Amino acid sequence: MKQQSKSNRWLTAALLTPTGLWFAFMLVLPLIVILVFSFGERAAVGGYAGGFTLEHYANLGARLKAFSNTLTYAPIGTFLSLLVAYPLAYYLAIKVNRRYKLMLLVLVIVPFWTSLLIRTYAWIYLLGGKGIPSILDWIGIEDVRLINTPGAVLMGIVYGYLPLMVFPIYVSLDKLNKSYLEASSDLGASPYKTFMQVTLPLSMPGVATGCMLVFILLMGEFLIPAFLGGGKVFFIGNALVDLFLQSRNWPFGSAISITLVVIMLITVSLYMRMTLRNSKTGVDESLM
Amino acid sequence: MSNNNNDKPITATKFMKEFHRYQKGSISRRQFLGATGLGTAMAVMATAMPALLPRTAFAGELGDRLVFSTWPNYHDQANVDQFTKATGVNVHINAFGSNEEMLAKLQAGGTGWDVFVPTNYTIEEYVKLDLIQELDLSKLPNYDAGSNNPKFAGPATVNGKVYAVPKNWGTTGFIVNSKKITSGPTSWKDFFDVTMNAGSGHTILHDYQLTTIGAALCALGHSFNSVDAKELAAAEALLIESKPHLFAITSDYQPGMRSGDGWMSICWNGDATQLKRDIPEMEYVVATDGGEIWTDFYCIPKGAPHLEAAYAFINNFQDPAVQVSDAQVHGYAPTDARALALQPKSLSSDPILHPAAELMSGLEFGAAQTLTDPIRAEVMASFKSA
Repeated sequence: MKQQSKSNRWLTAALLTPTGLWFAFMLVLPLIVILVFSFGERAAVGGYAGGFTLEHYANLGARLKAFSNTLTYAPIGTFLSLLVAYPLAYYLAIKVNRRYKLMLLVLVIVPFWTSLLIRTYAWIYLLGGKGIPSILDWIGIEDVRLINTPGAVLMGIVYGYLPLMVFPIYVSLDKLNKSYLEASSDLGASPYKTFMQVTLPLSMPGVATGCMLVFILLMGEFLIPAFLGGGKVFFIGNALVDLFLQSRNWPFGSAISITLVVIMLITVSLYMRMTLRNSKTGVDESLM
Repeated sequence: MSNNNNDKPITATKFMKEFHRYQKGSISRRQFLGATGLGTAMAVMATAMPALLPRTAFAGELGDRLVFSTWPNYHDQANVDQFTKATGVNVHINAFGSNEEMLAKLQAGGTGWDVFVPTNYTIEEYVKLDLIQELDLSKLPNYDAGSNNPKFAGPATVNGKVYAVPKNWGTTGFIVNSKKITSGPTSWKDFFDVTMNAGSGHTILHDYQLTTIGAALCALGHSFNSVDAKELAAAEALLIESKPHLFAITSDYQPGMRSGDGWMSICWNGDATQLKRDIPEMEYVVATDGGEIWTDFYCIPKGAPHLEAAYAFINNFQDPAVQVSDAQVHGYAPTDARALALQPKSLSSDPILHPAAELMSGLEFGAAQTLTDPIRAEVMASFKSA
């Protein structure tokens, strides 16, 4: 028996080694580098020079707008994605005929076969003056500006992140035992009441997971605001791109990165505590 | 487009023309093979049946790939394709919106670039930072130092060594859609006035510290190149004040101008040529209160992975005929007298390419210190994040 457990331990260690190494070299180590950089100085020609200073943390206020934009648009974008994704997931999981289910699910994924960059470029033309606004102009609604507005950015976010929200909700609705719904209506509940008291609570794990996936990615988003916001809707991700690739102030960029990580850790742990308290099943671990 | 022979690799007349050029020695065997498509045929054969040809086969010497970093709308794709056809080297093009972005990538290392296109003011700094290599001019037979105006080509030589060869020169002014903006702005001061009034919501500024901060500085009566903290603070205030009135902050401003959303933009003169070619109401303005005159160069970064291909590529684009054919598409003037002599009247008499001397008297070449100046860098970054 002892022999057995020893070889088991070896096996576990062997299987975990690649993951462990990956985490150590691709996550922990870079994070340490960023932490060290965040206390350094901007070299005379840009980049990083050694040193120890807290001035970059003291200067975080210079990017207040980027932080507040991100912390405003990320939750709004997550909420809008949820509003669009839930009915779709509900339809796919509960209403649609089994025969078409797979095909419709594939249709949700199909856009993912093309890079987000290219799809976002397509939106630049659709939302630009010769796209949807020109059609609106034709039917008499003049001078509509769509591109390079907060609305365009939110639309891009919902468009880009929809599948990430649809699938977790779909999975939790699909797993839902349909006899609960029958029982509910047998016992006299209206469809609305059934939805509010049975379906929605049971799909909460999917909702919670979907929201977290979308929110976390949105906090680091830079492509959609850069392309559909015309550089005017500025997220913290854009500030980072700028500090590393244009003004080459790596220490300040690192300080902002560390701050972002801390903000994320706080919000995500608050969020998890909240969802765990509100739902008995909590965040569906099978989806995490 | 209307040429029905386009679907054929080459016409009989073109073949004979290329053959004569080859016989006369004005093109190399490789160029001949490329231009006639024989090279491609051989390359295809070699790929399909590698056993047929030894490893040193055609296209083998230069490798099959080249990474080229440049600016948006700066090349005639047909000439790049021609180069690929002639050499078997596939050119992977990256477009950048600022010299600072190029510098950042090179500083971070591991770019994999073989050739890139920096602007005059950056070269000395690249040499100091040991990021670019001295050029072996014997590998650039098409380059003729003597025919390049030293006013433009000067920055290529640092400490007596040549690190770059000129690509094109041009000016940075602004473009106006004269149907939308009828007041005829002539200066950067007008530019910002119109932006914040009649043209509100339709102006594009570059995502590039040199030109965007430079424009604001000129509007305030300062030097395009100022690194004075007070003047830069004033420029930052002007930029932030204008921000709610902007359509976009981007160096790829042609899509926005073409869609009709943008009415005015900071503009390089070649883009102005391209825009005016399709939209006649686009007017290019060299501002009366200053602006930039510049030369762009071909450089090879230290550690370029495909060095031989890099030389072949630069050499190809130093050929005066190629320079002229490129200029006809991108609308930037060559610095090379041989190419200038070859260019058709449509180019040589175009005021966008060759503005009157008195208009250019107020223009400044970008100054080296603007590239690395921390205040300019932060002014730009905080304007964008404001």
